[in-house]
Amino acid sequence: MSDDRNILVAKHVVKRFGGLTAVNNMNVQIEKGRIVSIIGPNGAGKTTFFNAISGLYHCEEGTIEFEGRRIEALKPYQITELRMARTFQNIRLFGGMTVLENIMVGAYTRLKQHPIQAVFRTAAFRAEEAEAQQRAQELMEYVGLRGVGNELAGSLPYGAQRRVEIARALASQPRLLLLDEPAAGMNPSESEDALLLFRRIRDQLGITILLIEHDMKVVMNISEHIYVMDHGELIAQGGPSEIASNHQVIEAYLGKGAAGAATQTA
Amino acid sequence: MLESLKSKLRALSALLNQGRIPYAVCVGLIVLSTALVYGNPRSIPSFLLFVFSASSIYWLRMNRAIQLGLAVFFAVVLVPILGARNVFYLEVIFQIAVFSALALGLNIVVGFSGLLNFGYMAFYAVGAYLWGFFGSQQPNLLHATVTTKALHTPFFMAPDYFYLFIFLGVIVAAILGLLLGLPVLRVRGDYLAIITLAFGEIVRQLANNLDKPLNFTNGPQGLTPIQRPTMPEGVLKLFNNLVQPLVGHRVTDSQAYNILFYLIALLVVVTVIIITYRLDDSKVGRAWTAIREDELSAGAMGINANKLKLGAFAVGASFAGAMGVLFAASRTFVSPETFTFLQSVGVLTMVILGGIGSITGVIVGATVVTLLNIQVLQSFSLFLSQLRQSGAVIPIINFHWSNLSNQLDPSKYQRLIFGVILVLMMIYRPTGLLPAARRKRELTERTEADPEATENGADHV
Repeated sequence: MSDDRNILVAKHVVKRFGGLTAVNNMNVQIEKGRIVSIIGPNGAGKTTFFNAISGLYHCEEGTIEFEGRRIEALKPYQITELRMARTFQNIRLFGGMTVLENIMVGAYTRLKQHPIQAVFRTAAFRAEEAEAQQRAQELMEYVGLRGVGNELAGSLPYGAQRRVEIARALASQPRLLLLDEPAAGMNPSESEDALLLFRRIRDQLGITILLIEHDMKVVMNISEHIYVMDHGELIAQGGPSEIASNHQVIEAYLGKGAAGAATQTA
Repeated sequence: MLESLKSKLRALSALLNQGRIPYAVCVGLIVLSTALVYGNPRSIPSFLLFVFSASSIYWLRMNRAIQLGLAVFFAVVLVPILGARNVFYLEVIFQIAVFSALALGLNIVVGFSGLLNFGYMAFYAVGAYLWGFFGSQQPNLLHATVTTKALHTPFFMAPDYFYLFIFLGVIVAAILGLLLGLPVLRVRGDYLAIITLAFGEIVRQLANNLDKPLNFTNGPQGLTPIQRPTMPEGVLKLFNNLVQPLVGHRVTDSQAYNILFYLIALLVVVTVIIITYRLDDSKVGRAWTAIREDELSAGAMGINANKLKLGAFAVGASFAGAMGVLFAASRTFVSPETFTFLQSVGVLTMVILGGIGSITGVIVGATVVTLLNIQVLQSFSLFLSQLRQSGAVIPIINFHWSNLSNQLDPSKYQRLIFGVILVLMMIYRPTGLLPAARRKRELTERTEADPEATENGADHV
């Protein structure tokens, strides 16, 4: 079914909350090594779909395959073990832990140590801990943070917290990274920096990125493929230029009249 | 005002930690307090100073090896000798050790993982009843009722099985912790508190009522006598030869047992501290804290929260199990009364008072509460009753101490005083006496060395 080209394939995904169908018949194919976006107006079901992929919700219908493996019934921690990582729309760091510890928690699935080893402080344990700390520090610097390793994550400014969250996700050595509105609340220069970081992650680390974004400028700038959702359904997909000129998309974002005006002026 | 006090304290600690001063201060304190305790075995203030001098070994900045040596000397040499002189102090220190281990176990569940547990005493009870049953004559009685034939030996087991049962206590309590954990994983917050509370009561009621149809626990009367491990006579003789001139009399059998149980409790508590500290500073400890901070996010990091919560319950319970076995043997008696809800709350109080999640804090909490419980308040009561009998009068208001009502006895107001202390703590210092601080790690490379990079890093985003 799934071929080697696609890292994530979702078919006919349906998620309902009581009488409300939040996601209806979503189909997505994410090609390996791409930066792909899901956009749509508020309440379109983007985050719900995201949560279904990362295992926070379980979809009522449809299948989700990650690297050829069915994951729609798995729990979040199992999905992370399979090397998919995510960030949250409303940053969810461990505020009472230091930045370094946050990133080291991210590496949880990659550490082989057993609690017994921890109690006896075996050589293997100490070596792994030292390496984990070293890696965490490298990741912290990779996302552009210096000298804040021992700060409490909750005490950092907003933009820095977003970076820590990305570093924490990277620590699990994912092959697919899900970013939920990573540029939300950033000013233009900050989101510019963020875009550079995402590109670096893809180019240097070879990690496929799927992101949800509101900010059209960010989306058009970085995405190689865009899915557009409205009212829980997929209304369009394609490259940035196709999407920008898509009648249905403009309608969803600006309303019917505006769409008509936009096409007239176009 | 608090700030100025803090800065003064900081200045004091800087002064105390210069060069050789800490060594002088520490040794001075120990010698002084030892002399005081030795000289007046009944004086409470000198005993408090003695405990304080023990803590100074920890908080004064000294060479690690010297620190360790002083601590070992203090715990293994000084305390037993002074304890032989006044067994009551040894009892207090024994209780501090027992409650420290309990509080550390509860701290893993409540402090590290953030799971409220009101039934912690149940695990302690299980350990105590485990040795209480097998270490007493109860199995023989049970055997007699079932088969109508009595066993030949008065006790079912040799007394030295006690040491094995410390480990069995760990295992059985851990299994029970897992069993409690299974239903508890489905609930959170208040509901969790209620379930654990119920669990604690269930275990106590089982102990209370499991004398019928077959008599396992001997009901409310409790089990007694419970065997103590055999006294190593050679060691006792050696100890007697060495310290008799210091103590002033031969160490009696019961005093020797007090010392023995103190040493075992010390061993257990040191093990517990090491295990707690090392687990905290590992993948497991970080995962526990992550679950406490944000369970959903922890799940997204690949942490199987259910598994880790069960682990926390099991590890926390196992400490209590070991101490329970020790408790049963040291008292030679167990009854359901020891394991009430109030006791569970007492241990929780130690954790909260000392500082949730902080290992040092929890030990301080256990020490402070135990001292208040069995020493300070009672000695204050004694002091008042002495005043009453002396017929002294407060001058100006012309108040005769003998008129002081018995109802004003401070030891009767233990819970009230605790309540007040807790309320004040929650208002003014909700994180405890010694709040948990995150571990600062040594960072390599330019991070700290280059202040410019630091500043840029912080401003960058």
